[in-house]
This record gives sequence, structure tokens and C-alpha cells, in this order.
Amino acid sequence: MRDIREKLLKKIHELFDAGVVDRVVGWKAGEFCYDVTPALFNAGNIDEILYDAFCGPNQSKFLVKGAEGGEKKILALLKPCDTYSYNQLITEHRIDPEKIYALGIPCTGMVDINKIRALGISGILGIEEDGENLKIETLYGTESCKKADVLLERCLVCKGKNHVAGDELLIPDEEAPEVPKCAERMTEVEKLEAMSPEERFNWWRSQLSKCIRCNACRNACPACTCRTCVFDNPSSGVSAKVNTNDFEENMFHIIRAFHVAGRCTDCGECSRVCPQNIPLHLLNRKFIKDIDEFYGEYQAGAEPNVRGPLISYTEQDVEPSIVMTRG
Amino acid sequence: MLKIALAGIDRLFAAIAASKKLYLPIENAGEVEFSEYSEGAKVRLDALQTVKSAKDAFFPFTENMMQFHTDGKNISVEAAKRVDEDFVVFGVRACDARSFSILDKVFLADPPDSFYAARRAHGIIVGLACHRPEETCFCTNFGIDPTKPETDVTAWIEDGVLYWEAQTEKGKALTEEISAFLEASDEKAVEEQRERTKKILERLPLANLDLSYFKTHPELEIFKRPEWKELSSHCLGCGTCTFVCPTCQCYDIRDYNTGHGIVRYRCWDSCMYSDFTLMAAVNSRKSQVERFRQRFMHKLVYNPINHEGEFGCVGCGRCLRKCPISMNIVKVAKTLGGEQA
Ligand code: SF4
Ligand code: SF4
Ligand code: SF4
Ligand code: SF4
Repeated sequence: MRDIREKLLKKIHELFDAGVVDRVVGWKAGEFCYDVTPALFNAGNIDEILYDAFCGPNQSKFLVKGAEGGEKKILALLKPCDTYSYNQLITEHRIDPEKIYALGIPCTGMVDINKIRALGISGILGIEEDGENLKIETLYGTESCKKADVLLERCLVCKGKNHVAGDELLIPDEEAPEVPKCAERMTEVEKLEAMSPEERFNWWRSQLSKCIRCNACRNACPACTCRTCVFDNPSSGVSAKVNTNDFEENMFHIIRAFHVAGRCTDCGECSRVCPQNIPLHLLNRKFIKDIDEFYGEYQAGAEPNVRGPLISYTEQDVEPSIVMTRG
Repeated sequence: MLKIALAGIDRLFAAIAASKKLYLPIENAGEVEFSEYSEGAKVRLDALQTVKSAKDAFFPFTENMMQFHTDGKNISVEAAKRVDEDFVVFGVRACDARSFSILDKVFLADPPDSFYAARRAHGIIVGLACHRPEETCFCTNFGIDPTKPETDVTAWIEDGVLYWEAQTEKGKALTEEISAFLEASDEKAVEEQRERTKKILERLPLANLDLSYFKTHPELEIFKRPEWKELSSHCLGCGTCTFVCPTCQCYDIRDYNTGHGIVRYRCWDSCMYSDFTLMAAVNSRKSQVERFRQRFMHKLVYNPINHEGEFGCVGCGRCLRKCPISMNIVKVAKTLGGEQA
């Protein structure tokens, strides 16, 4: 990753020098080795931009407001998975690609600090990549773990090293390292499908009972870009805060999952940001699986400006309630 | 000092739970929260922190205040019962324990909040000393001693044994009730653990935060610092930092239509939300920069001004671990001047 970062900084300097862009959305180092913050940089502090295994946050949504207001274009650094969200935002007219210079950057998988902690590793002071392993310095001694075991959920089912959008690539996709696929995307969904309705209901109720209605999932989601969310509209009768009725409470997630169905690229931001580790991506993946089965394989964001299956009617469309009985 | 082997601790929990509601750090669907004990619950005294803080036991996430019933042309109003029986919150860390005294200054100030006051009067807190702090812990900056929480009873866990020491009258009364389960012990193991922990605390990366800037510079100067813009540029305006924080205290009052009447309840609110204070008229903070600034000004500047120099943060580190963009009070404090000589 170190050489990639050097290459990246050189490229960013070039783009600033050539007058193509005047600001860049990047990542800034934190207090520890893992708490990287997305941040806006300008010509003066380009060299502070970080790129390592903790640059997980999907930055494409930031462009909705970030692309406004500058004199020149804003530089966006997009990992392969980010390009899907980027396309989807173009399709929905939420960003104007004319105002953005999108540079595709390679990625070898992003690490989830929570998964390291879940292994019982605490007091983390430093993390170094050591081949396939991570060497972790802690207050209580040196620990190690396999990088593959602590990747972000989205990286376990990586869509591949190819970028599907962008003005330029830092290195050609063919030359980029392959991201090892660690899991089948639908395995967990299939496990839920195999449950009895009652088991499944209880499983979700138990997961969703942890929700603190922080709205991080919604606010981080690149498909949730309504100017005013229905839950933020005081006259809508629903609210973004916790209710007194826990069923009413759980409806938030159902409504959100329906609203992003067909538009969700499965970027996994919702699950990444959830402070309660609720596997929200499984709700969205179930929709993706159903859409694939009903209307043929479809990946939201694979190309810009296409009409997804849920908003384009053809006479051949199946009638979901006929081909699939609820169970 | 008293003690009980951890192996038999469930008997102690069952004994307490037989006469009182007992809240413990309990795991549900992979995460640990203070929840009511029942037999077979997965109690996790080993977890350093819960996601929500222990304030949930005194100022719950959501609670009913009153109900309205309609019957023809008549409306009856029924006030929610205040807590009137003793309950025990077991396993509270020193940071969360200190947060109660910060919350007290708001909720118990005249006129006291009767819901909160009732819970504080009936709550018996068993604190649990820390011996394996996280790198994100910075409680010692606020004069908190994690090796001895300020609680009714203080407990330490060392080598499969839970040590127990009553600190207050409430704590003594509880100890009395369950004395059959406890046996006398010397203080050696506890003293050794405390010494060891203190050495670790000195090595914590955030052990020496300099927050003096916030007490020595005028409020307006800090308010006007240009860095707020950059600090907040990626803030999602979510409620994570407020909802995991043990000292955040804002709430909203809302009505829920049950179809047969109305339940009026209050729920945690967040100054990071766009509809904050809308019930009063408008949200005067139109942009996320203003909302973000408010949360940190409250913790670092307004709280010390209003409460004799006491910061509105106990250094639990929850916002450091949970913010989706890893922005937090430490980064704010350091950027604005925490690192001054
Ligand atoms: S991020 Fe998690 S806790 Fe927050 S609202 Fe979404 S599901 Fe609930
Ligand atoms: S600081 Fe972080 S946790 Fe707080 S509102 Fe902003 S994004 Fe959410
Ligand atoms: S501001 Fe952050 S560190 Fe301080 S008490 Fe609140 S959650 Fe804990
Ligand atoms: S902040 Fe202090 S009291 Fe709280 S868990 Fe960490 S070491 Fe313990």
C-alpha cells in the first residue's frame, strides 16, 4: 500500500499543478493507526493524505454536497467498489460528473477494526501488514491475526478489482492486485431463507432490538440522498428518533430497505457504520437476490444512466406474488 | 472487604433479582448492553463497556410519561408511574459512574425531573473496577480513578474472584441483604490489581490531554475558530456520538397514537439532528457545522462555565470508537488547542 500511496500523492500533485482540480476528498490520519477520518484537502496539505488498509469509508456520497461551490473540479479518489455508488449517484442526478474528476485507485481489502477487537484484542497501539497477516501492538503485548479474517464485510464479497466509472485510473486495472474473494455473497441470506418464518422474525427482532436510531446507516448510505428524508419531516407522522413502540421502531429498517431496493449497490456502508453491528446489508441483499431471481442478474451502479428492473416495466416481467409464495 | 468466587456468581445475581430488578451488562445478538437480568442471560462482566452507557438505567432511551384515553367525548389522562422500588445496576465502570454526577446537576436542579429523581433515589449502583483499559480510555484526565469507581458498592474481579466493598449507606444495606453469599477477604489481591492498573493507565496514549485552552480562553473566541468547518466537513449528522455518550442529556417529547389513545413519551434527542428543538419553534442551527460545534462546545466550554469548571465528558472513549467517520472529542480538543504547552 505504501507504493500506491506514493504514486497517488504524485498523481494528485500533477492534477493540482495542471489546474484540473482545486480540492480533493481524501483520508486523514487520526489519533491511532486505524481511526482515519475522511477529509477535504487543498493544494496546501496534499501530502497529509493517507491511503492504507483503514480507508474503508465510501466517499462517493460526500460528493453530493462536496462537488458544489468550488472554482475547479473536485478530485474524488474511488476504490473499485466506490465506483458503483458513484455511477448510481450519477444515474439519480444526485451528482454532476462535470464538476468532479474521478480517479480510480486500487485496493487490496479494507480492515474492520471492530473485527480485530471482536477477536479479544484490546488496547491497540499499532497495526502493521505482514504478508497475509496483521501484526498488532497492544498495551498488553503483541498479537497477530489473518487479514482475511478481519476484512470489512463488503471486502469479503469484493466485486473485483475493476473500476466501473472514473476519468482516469491510477494504475490500469489489469495491473492491479487481485482482491481475494473470501465469501459467497448470498450465503448468509440463504441461511436466513432456510429459517422458519418464526425463527427469522425472532432473529431480526433480536438484531433490530439493538438499534439506537442513530441514523448512521441512513446518513452514510449513498442511496439515501433524499433532500429531506421522510423520517426527518416533522409533518410525516414518523420520526427519526426512537419510538415507545418497538414494532414501530423496527419499521424504520423495513421502510429504508424497501426504499433503496434496486438502487443499493451492496457497498456495505450501512453495516460498517452501525454502532450496534446490526447486519443491515442482509436486508438489502435479500432484495438483490430476489430482484436477480425475478428479473435476471442486475448490479446497481454497474453502469451509469440505466433504468433498474424495479423502475422499468416490460411485458415479460414476472408477477412476484405468483412465482413466489411467501413463506 | 468481602469476596465471592465468580464461578458461583449466578447465585448472587439470582438472589438480588429475587427481590429487586437487576441490570447487568448482558449480551444480545453479539452486543453488550445494561439489560434486566433473567436466568440464563449471557452476563458479560468481562466487557469493558456497553454500547449505550449505564445512563440508560436512569435516563432511558425511551420512557412513557403519560397516556391519554378517549371514551366518547371524555378524555382521561393517566400519568406514568414513577419508579418506586429499589433496583440494582451492577457492573458500572468509573467513567459511567462519574457521568451520573454530571447528569444530576441538570436533572436534579430545581425543578427536579421527577422521572430521573425517582430512579436516582431507588437505584443502587455496583461499580466494577477496570484492569484492562482500552487505548481509547481517557477518564483519568477528568480526575476519575478507574480502579475504584464512585459507586454504592465497588467490585473488583481478579483471578476468578469478585471482591466487594460497600462505599455508601445504600451499598451497606445491599451488602447486608446478600451477606450469606459473601465471605471476608483481605485486600491484597485488590491492592495489587490497582497498582498494576495504574501503571497501565500511565501508558494510555490519551493519558495526558491538555484541555486547559477551553477554560482559559473566552467562549466567543473558541466559538469563532475557523477550524470548526473543517472538523465537521464530513460529519454525517447522525446521532451516534450523542446516543453512546454517558453525559449527553437532551430529549424530545413525542406522542404515539396507539389507535385507542395517545402515549406521550420522551426519547433521547441529538443536537446533531436537523429537527432538534423544533418542538420549541425552530432549530436555530441551520447547518451541520453549527450543530457539530454545539455538541463539542457544550462538553468543553459551556459545561465548565455552568458547572464550576467540570467538563461534560468523562473520557469513556465511546465516541472515539463508534463515530462512523472517526471524528470525536479528542480530535476536536487537540485541533483547537488541547496540545498547548
Ligand atoms: S446505524 Fe445501526 S443503530 Fe444506527 S440507526 Fe442504523 S441500524 Fe440503528
Ligand atoms: S461526529 Fe460522528 S458520530 Fe457524531 S454526528 Fe458526526 S458523524 Fe455522527
Ligand atoms: S464525549 Fe465521547 S468520550 Fe466524552 S463522555 Fe461522551 S462519548 Fe465518552
Ligand atoms: S474510560 Fe476509564 S473508567 Fe471508563 S472503561 Fe476506560 S478505564 Fe474504565
